[in-house]
Amino acid sequence: MNLLNKNGVPSLEQIKSRFPSKELLLTPKAITECYEEIPCNPCSTVCPFDAITIGEDINTPPVVDFDKCTGCGICVYNCPGLAIFTVQENEEHLLFKIPYEFVPYPNLGEIVHAVNRNGEIISKAVITKVQISSRQDKTVLLHVQVAKEYLHEFITVRRII
Amino acid sequence: MTNYDLVIIGGGPAGLSAAKIAAEAGVKSIIIERDYHLGGQLVKQTHMFFGSEKQYAKTRGIDIAKILVNNVMDYPDSIEVMTNTTVVGLYDDMVLTLLQNESYSKIKAKSIIIATGASEKFLAFENNDLPGIYGAGAVQTLMNVHGVLPGENVVMVGSGNIGLIVSYQLMQAGVNVKAVLEASPTIGGYKVHASKLKRLGVDILTSTSIKKAIGKDKLEKIIISKLDNDWNYIEKTETEIETDVLCISVGLSPQSRLLGMIEAKMKYVPTLGGLVAVINKHHETSIKNIFVAGDVCGVEEASSAIVEGCFTGLIVSERLGHKHQNHDKLYNDFKSQLQNLRSGPFGKKTRTGLEELRRDEFVK
Amino acid sequence: MRIKDHPILEFKDQKPLHFTYNDTLVEGQFGDTIASALHNLGIRKLSHSIKDKRARGFYCAIGNCASCNMVVNGKPNVRTCVTLLEEGMSVKTQVNKGVLYD
Repeated sequence: MNLLNKNGVPSLEQIKSRFPSKELLLTPKAITECYEEIPCNPCSTVCPFDAITIGEDINTPPVVDFDKCTGCGICVYNCPGLAIFTVQENEEHLLFKIPYEFVPYPNLGEIVHAVNRNGEIISKAVITKVQISSRQDKTVLLHVQVAKEYLHEFITVRRII
Repeated sequence: MTNYDLVIIGGGPAGLSAAKIAAEAGVKSIIIERDYHLGGQLVKQTHMFFGSEKQYAKTRGIDIAKILVNNVMDYPDSIEVMTNTTVVGLYDDMVLTLLQNESYSKIKAKSIIIATGASEKFLAFENNDLPGIYGAGAVQTLMNVHGVLPGENVVMVGSGNIGLIVSYQLMQAGVNVKAVLEASPTIGGYKVHASKLKRLGVDILTSTSIKKAIGKDKLEKIIISKLDNDWNYIEKTETEIETDVLCISVGLSPQSRLLGMIEAKMKYVPTLGGLVAVINKHHETSIKNIFVAGDVCGVEEASSAIVEGCFTGLIVSERLGHKHQNHDKLYNDFKSQLQNLRSGPFGKKTRTGLEELRRDEFVK
Repeated sequence: MRIKDHPILEFKDQKPLHFTYNDTLVEGQFGDTIASALHNLGIRKLSHSIKDKRARGFYCAIGNCASCNMVVNGKPNVRTCVTLLEEGMSVKTQVNKGVLYD
């Protein structure tokens, strides 16, 4: 927990611990980057597939059942900490669904910077969908296509102004 | 002088919740709020709240405020509201004196719930009174309530939840947050909030504090310094940062001064934020029929304030002879919600504080 | 400066309100407190400390700290951060502790 406590960036080990095994990523899966015990459970209550467990003690970090998880993304825009995203590994690319709360929204097809957890630009990425609905209550879901080598690095995008 | 069964001082989450439960039980109340709006600090919180469904988790603070206010508006015959009204006096014979603009009046209460919340602490450093140095809550009011940009660049002092959340909200409003300074070696608030900031390229500097603010009649730059393990500035580690806004977010202090007027038994408990009333398990102070709820009895989160408000509303209703029809079920539910909210590592401070307070608990 | 686009909040255009600041005609909008209107106009210094006349400004925004006290419509010690702006208000910088007239 050390570096996370000092600067808000989890270690690679911590990050990998939230991922399922590689073959399960052929379909999208939710990655819950919730490393601390905080009193919070919306991700488990909103999941329509009962794939996220927290239990009676709402301080328990969420556990994802990757067999049940369809990567629908409902937990992504309901997480108050914006700490969840989904990822899918295709033949050519990775496809992420990330929460986004800034204006102006990126456009479909826009090339953006891919950013890591340190806020550093690691590569370019493409926006493949800008998903908005009233149910999402102002948290946009950006579908982002990223190169495969950034599976454990990519976390968000930054528009190229 | 008008008599009320229940007077609730403070129209924030605790006060609004108490009024609602009391109204459900058939108790008439009046909420007295010194600001021009109800909702307390919730009205400027644009982020989704934590906790569980019962405390409106995943709902934005601004929307929780609307829900709580609407709950109160559902009982126009039971709940009276006075805004722009300050309770300026609280007396032994359960008389309250009120000041609304130029108008001064007195009312009498059978029972009182003090839900006056908490206010931001200050920090001592050279030139800390320069315009441009704001409490973090003040910055939120400017940008989220009035849509006014606080400035161009901000340095945030304090990495508790408020400091981290307000920094994120500043970025959302288009203000550049240059850094978050934290005097301790570790980040104070939830790490998910810190992670959100790091992604945006904001530096979180631990073991660092503000030493001096510089500017002519308004802030222009600051001098920061690293701290050693005893909170002393380390020589020769000073850096200058140009900024027009400095936000101070170093904790909240309960606004418990009214309790001093009736000589309620108080205790200074740092883990609860400061001077709080000594209370029994029903949130009653040492003065019969005067209760406290929300941040004024211990600084926590809005989720706890809502539950404490509900709880005291329930207790007071029974005391007034209007036992809520679901009294027992709700009593246990509210107690278990509070326990749940406080059981994790972030609840440790509150648990320690309440333990310390309980040592002074008087027998009634 | 007003925020135009915000990811969570909607800031609708509000009715402009005219008032005077130290006898100069200025503009705020409906919903502003006096302090927020002045802040939007770039005015940072709202009062002075009594003894050393140090500049003071907006600090707590909830009516606790008294740094924003100004003379409004002739009345001193008005906490401008919790007082809503009204059309035609006269807002002046206060000198010392303020003077109350009969």
